[in-house]
Amino acid sequence: MSLRVIQRELRTAFRSGAEVVNPLWFFLIVITLFPLGIGPEPQQLARIAPGVVWVAALLSSLLALERLFRDDFLDGSLEQLLLLPTPLPLTVLGKVIAHWLVTGLPLILLSPLAALLLSLDFNSWLAMALTLLLGTPTFSFLGAIGVALTVGLRRGGVLLSLLVLPLAIPVLIFASAAIDAASQGLPIGGYLAILGAMLAASATLAPFATAAALRIALH
Amino acid sequence: MWKWLHQLGRPERLYQLCGRLIPGFGVAGAATLLLGWIWGFGFAPADYQQGDSFRIMYIHVPAAMWSMGVYAAMAVAAFTGLVWQMKMADLVSTAMAPVGAVFTFIALITGSAWGKPMWGTWWIWDARLTSELVLLFLYMGVMALYQSFDDRRTAGRAAGILILVGVVNLPIIHFSVQWWNTLHQGSSGILQQAIAPSMRTPLRWSILGYLLVFITLTLMRLRNLILYTERHRPWVADVANGGRKA
Repeated sequence: MSLRVIQRELRTAFRSGAEVVNPLWFFLIVITLFPLGIGPEPQQLARIAPGVVWVAALLSSLLALERLFRDDFLDGSLEQLLLLPTPLPLTVLGKVIAHWLVTGLPLILLSPLAALLLSLDFNSWLAMALTLLLGTPTFSFLGAIGVALTVGLRRGGVLLSLLVLPLAIPVLIFASAAIDAASQGLPIGGYLAILGAMLAASATLAPFATAAALRIALH
Repeated sequence: MWKWLHQLGRPERLYQLCGRLIPGFGVAGAATLLLGWIWGFGFAPADYQQGDSFRIMYIHVPAAMWSMGVYAAMAVAAFTGLVWQMKMADLVSTAMAPVGAVFTFIALITGSAWGKPMWGTWWIWDARLTSELVLLFLYMGVMALYQSFDDRRTAGRAAGILILVGVVNLPIIHFSVQWWNTLHQGSSGILQQAIAPSMRTPLRWSILGYLLVFITLTLMRLRNLILYTERHRPWVADVANGGRKA
């Protein structure tokens, strides 16, 4: 059942192409702003790159998050999803996975380009791709709770960032620490393990909170 | 016990109970807080290393402790509200939020004023400071979410979910920033055993005073919230007309 939710989500996402591509452009533009604002010295750029990449990734995922439930809420199909006989957390899980495939995965595909722009070496890029692989789904799961809480509100956008960004701080800390360590040639296994633990915890717990929030928003 | 709890679930009863408790808690809170502060600021011995500037501790430490304690209490109330569907529990957690936010703010401001003479800087990206700041963001998020709903009942339940999510995240934030960077001195033990008795006793009095003041403010806010959510009921009209003393 989750699979069919994923299929449906992917189909609607690809039919409204621009909405999916825009956050990615945003990601690249934010990354471009930093060399322009700080100066083009490669060492300096490589030094700030972990933070820049992750802040840009968080902001662009935040922009994309609203899509998760809003369209479905507006055209009423969210209520139909609530009425499905499958448990709501499973449906939510499917929706979040589909959303990550459309918004998180492309960030990882774009990461070589970002590494090139910020003059990172291969090891740092590898760390960046791995942290994005573990961190962006965590953020999608956490963000889903925030979207579900604000879905019924008319001006939920700013509020959503207020609710979700503080929760994302641990991901940011460990991800940028991992990239930092990789750029100095240190092992990053420990950081990745913690990011993986966060992903496991949020993937198992967040769908329940999201489901409860959706029930409240649509009751 | 259960019957008594259900009685509390009735807004009217709770309103009257709050009204009866407020004077007691208020007077006790003001007295304890004044005792702790006068003792701490006037009579406790000066620190051999920090001189007199350590005295800001009597404002800073209780605020920092209760900023987290209030969040825990809020989470318990939110959990009760979500699981047992008690309307009043949601109101209780909402009533606590601004008080907790103010405590967090006091802890940050006094900590910053204390940091200037001791560390030579107003702000530093240290573990405790950062997690306290994040706690302030969480409080702000809860309050903003509560404000943005038109229906108070939905608002309370949505804020409850956010509070519980924040509770799961709070230890993670706390430990993640701790591993990341730290300068703030360690904890002085759960009952402040590491502090000399002559300085510790006033500190404990001010901690108790903060707790009592927090309870008083919460009860006062709770009364207002009850009146606001129940404003279409006849008993509120009676109260407003002074017909029934609460």
